[in-house]
Amino acid sequence: MRKPLLVCTLLVLLTACRRPEGGAGEAGVAIQNVGSDTIVNLALAWAEAYQAHNPDARIAVTGGGSGTGIAGLINGTVDVANASRQMKEEERDAAEANGIMPVEHVIARDAIAIVVHPSNPVDNLTLQQLSDIFSGHITNWADVGGESRPIVLLSRESNSGTHVYFLEQVVRLGDKHASTLFSPDTLLMPSSEGISAEVRQNPNSIGYDGLGYVTPDQKTIAVAVDAGGPFVQPSIETVNQGEYPISRDLYMYTAGEPQGAIAEYLDWIRSPEGQVIVGELGFVPLEVE
Amino acid sequence: MNNSLYETLIERFIRVTGVLVILFLALIFMFLLREGGATFFEVPVGDLLQTRWYPNEEHFGLLPLVLGSLMVTLGAAVVSLPLGLLTAVFIAEVAPRWVREVLKPFIEVLAGIPSVVLGFIGMLAISPLIREYLGAPTGLTALSGSVMLGYMALPTIISVAEDALDAVPKSYRDAALALGATRWQTLWRVTVPAARSGILTAMMLGVGRAIGETMAVMMVTGNAARMPLTLNSFLMPVRTMTATIAAEMGEVAQGSLHYHVLFAVGLVLFFVTLIINLVAAWTIFRQGKRYGRLLS
Amino acid sequence: MSRQLRQRLGFALLGITTALVVLPILLLVGYIVVQGASAISWEFIVAMPRDGMRAGGLWPAVVGTVLLTLGTAVFAVPVGVAVAIYLAEYAQDTLLTRVIRLAIVNLAGVPSVVYGLFGLGLFVIFLQFGASILAGSLTLAIMTLPVIISTAEEALRAVPQSFRIVSLSLGGTRWQTVRRVVLPQALPGVLTGVILGLERAAGETAPILFTVAAFFLPRLPKSIFDQTMALPYHLFVISTQVPEMPVRIQYGTALVLLVFVLSMNVVAAITRSRFRAKRQW
Repeated sequence: MRKPLLVCTLLVLLTACRRPEGGAGEAGVAIQNVGSDTIVNLALAWAEAYQAHNPDARIAVTGGGSGTGIAGLINGTVDVANASRQMKEEERDAAEANGIMPVEHVIARDAIAIVVHPSNPVDNLTLQQLSDIFSGHITNWADVGGESRPIVLLSRESNSGTHVYFLEQVVRLGDKHASTLFSPDTLLMPSSEGISAEVRQNPNSIGYDGLGYVTPDQKTIAVAVDAGGPFVQPSIETVNQGEYPISRDLYMYTAGEPQGAIAEYLDWIRSPEGQVIVGELGFVPLEVE
Repeated sequence: MNNSLYETLIERFIRVTGVLVILFLALIFMFLLREGGATFFEVPVGDLLQTRWYPNEEHFGLLPLVLGSLMVTLGAAVVSLPLGLLTAVFIAEVAPRWVREVLKPFIEVLAGIPSVVLGFIGMLAISPLIREYLGAPTGLTALSGSVMLGYMALPTIISVAEDALDAVPKSYRDAALALGATRWQTLWRVTVPAARSGILTAMMLGVGRAIGETMAVMMVTGNAARMPLTLNSFLMPVRTMTATIAAEMGEVAQGSLHYHVLFAVGLVLFFVTLIINLVAAWTIFRQGKRYGRLLS
Repeated sequence: MSRQLRQRLGFALLGITTALVVLPILLLVGYIVVQGASAISWEFIVAMPRDGMRAGGLWPAVVGTVLLTLGTAVFAVPVGVAVAIYLAEYAQDTLLTRVIRLAIVNLAGVPSVVYGLFGLGLFVIFLQFGASILAGSLTLAIMTLPVIISTAEEALRAVPQSFRIVSLSLGGTRWQTVRRVVLPQALPGVLTGVILGLERAAGETAPILFTVAAFFLPRLPKSIFDQTMALPYHLFVISTQVPEMPVRIQYGTALVLLVFVLSMNVVAAITRSRFRAKRQW
C-alpha cells in the first residue's frame, strides 16, 4: 500500500519542478540562437563581438542544422533560428498551428562552392554534370575528364539547409517537380568541417560547402550553367554580380516581429559593423544601401 | 517506538527502490512506444522495408540502417570474439600472477575510454590508413567502424569470459593433469568447454554492446544509407541505426512523422538488445550464478 | 611436433593475441598524450574558450562534466545502493526478485542513444525540464544504475554472514545490522562500483546529446535548468564541426577527457586495493 504512495510522491515532486519562464534577452536569460551549421560559426563570431560591446547581452549559440533551428522555433524553445534555406510550407503551417508567426530576416549571402582535392585535375563542371555526379549517374572521375578513380560523394546531413538547397538547385537543377535524390552512396557528414576534413585528404572526393568553409588546402571547381557558358569560380564579387550559379541568401527567423534585445541584436547584425564580420568569415556581406 | 517507525520507513524505501528499477525499464519501453508507435499507423509496414532512407521526402526504408548496424556489428564480432576469448584465456589460465595484475588494469583502462575518444582517433588516425592501405575509396567505412567497435566490446567479453574461466572448479584441471594431459590440452579440452556457457554469455554481451554503440560509429562509418549487400561493402560507408538517431534527432519537429520514425528505430534497437540480454541472462541464471561483473 | 613444443607455441600465440589487444590501447593513449600534451596548460583547463573555441580553454566543458557527474551521483547513488541493499539483505528468491534482476540486466544493455531518446521524451518534453542539467543528470543516473547496483551488491554479499549473525545475536535489528555493520564493511567495494559507474557517465555523449549538451554557451550554467557544455560533446563538436580547429587543441581536449575519466579508474583501483588490505575477513 505504501509503495505506490511513495513512488507517486516522488514523481509529483519532480513534476512540480518546472523550468522558469522568462523572456529571452532579459537579465539572466540568454537569447537562444540555434540552427544552421553553415551559419553557426558566423553566429558565434557575431555573438562574441556583440557581447564584447554589450556585456549585458547573453547569446547562446548552437548548431544542429537549419531543420533543428526551425523545429526549435516551432516548438518555442528557440528565439532566433539560423537557416541556410527558407522555411518550408509544412514548417510554416506547423508554426502557425502553434501560434507562432515566423518572420524572415536575410542576414548574409553565401556561395556554395564545389570542392575537390587539390591534386584533382578536373577544373570545370557544368550544373548537369554536378547533378549526374551527385545522383550517382556518373561514378568515375574519368567520365568528367579526370583520372580513373571512384568518385566519393560528400554531403551535409539531410537536416542541413545547405543540403536541401543543393538538392533542389543542383541535383534537381531547380526543377520543382523532379524527384531525383542524392545517390545512396553519398556520405552524410556531420558538418561542413567534416566535408573539408575528408576533401583535403582524399583525392577521390567531391563535396559542396559554403564558401566560408573552403580552406586554402581545398580546390574549388568553376561552375557553368551549361557546357557553352562561362565557368565561374565562387567569390564575393561573382556572387554579388549574379555570375556564380550556385548562391543563396542566409536567414534568421524569429517568432513574430523581434522585440527588445533580440531586435537590437538583429539590427546590429545587419549594420556595417556586423557585416564586416560576414566578409571576414568568407561569406558574402549584404549590399550596403 | 520511534526507532521502529524510522526503521519501517527505511525498509519501505528500500523495498520500493527495487520496484523502481522495473519501473524505469517499463518507462523506457513506454516512452519509446508512445512516441514511436504512431509510426506503425502512419507509415505502411511495406514502406519501412524499403531500401531508401531519406526522411526529408518521406522515404522511411529502414533496411539500409538495420543492415548497416548488422554489418558493423558482424565485423566487430569477427574482430573481438576471437581476440577477446584468447585474451581471456591468456589472462585467466596462462599468464603468471604478476602479468595478470598488470593486464587487468589495462583492460579496465580500455573499458573506460569514452566512445567519442575512440571515434576521434578512428577518424583521425585509422580511417586514413584504411583508405591508403586497403584501397577503399574513402576511409570512412564499415570496416573502420568494426575495428573501433571491436575494441570497445573487448573489455566486456574479456572480463565476463575471464570470470567464467575462473569459476571452473580447480578439480577439473587437476583431474586432467593427473591423467597426463599437458596444460594446453587441459585448457582446450576441459577448462574452456566447461566454461562455455559463460563464454557464450560474454560474447552475447559484447555483441549487444557493439550494436548499441553510437559515437564511435557515427564518426568513422561515413553515414551513407546504402545497402551493404556484398563482402566488398566492408570497404564502403554505411549508416547504422544508432548514428541515424543521433544525427537526425536534433532536427525533427516534435510530433512530426520523422520524429515518430526515429523513436521507432529506437524501439527496434531496444528490442534487439533486450532479446540479446534476456538470452544472456537466462544462460547465467540457469547456472544459478549471479551476474556479478558482467554489468561493470 | 611434441606436445611440449605445441604447448609452448600455443602459449606464445595466446600471448601475442593479448599483445594485440593491449598494444593498441597503449598506442592510442600514448598518441593522444604526445599530440595533446603541447596544448595542456593551466590556462587550457580554466580559461573560457575564445575565437570560436579555437583558442582559450575548456573551462565551461570541464565544469559541465563535473556538474553532470555530481548530478548523476546525487540521483544514482542513493537509489542504486538502496536496490543493492534490498537485493543483498532483504530479498527472497521470489518471482519479483527475479524480475528485478532481469530488469537490471536489461537496463544495462539498453543502448546509450536510446537512453538519450528516453531522456528527451520523459525529462525534456513530458516533465518539461527542457534541455537542462537536471534532465541530463537524471538520464545518466538511470543509465548508471545497473553498474552501481551490481558492484554494490557484490560488495555487500562479500561480507561474511558471521558479521550479520553476531550483530543480530546482540539484539540488533536487520536495518541496524545493515547500517552499522554490513554497509561500513562493504563501503570500499560499494565506492569502487560508484566510481566506475560515474566514470562511464562522465564519458558518455549520446545520452546528453538531446538532454543537456550545448555547442557554445557564453556563461557558466547558473541553475540546474540551464544547459551546459560537456567534455565528451565538446570533443565531438570541435573534431567534426568547427573549421580550422588546431589539431593540438583537439588532441588536448581528448587528453583532458581521458585524464578525467582514467583518473577515476585510478581512484577506483586504489579504493579496491585498500578494500582488500583493510578488510577484516
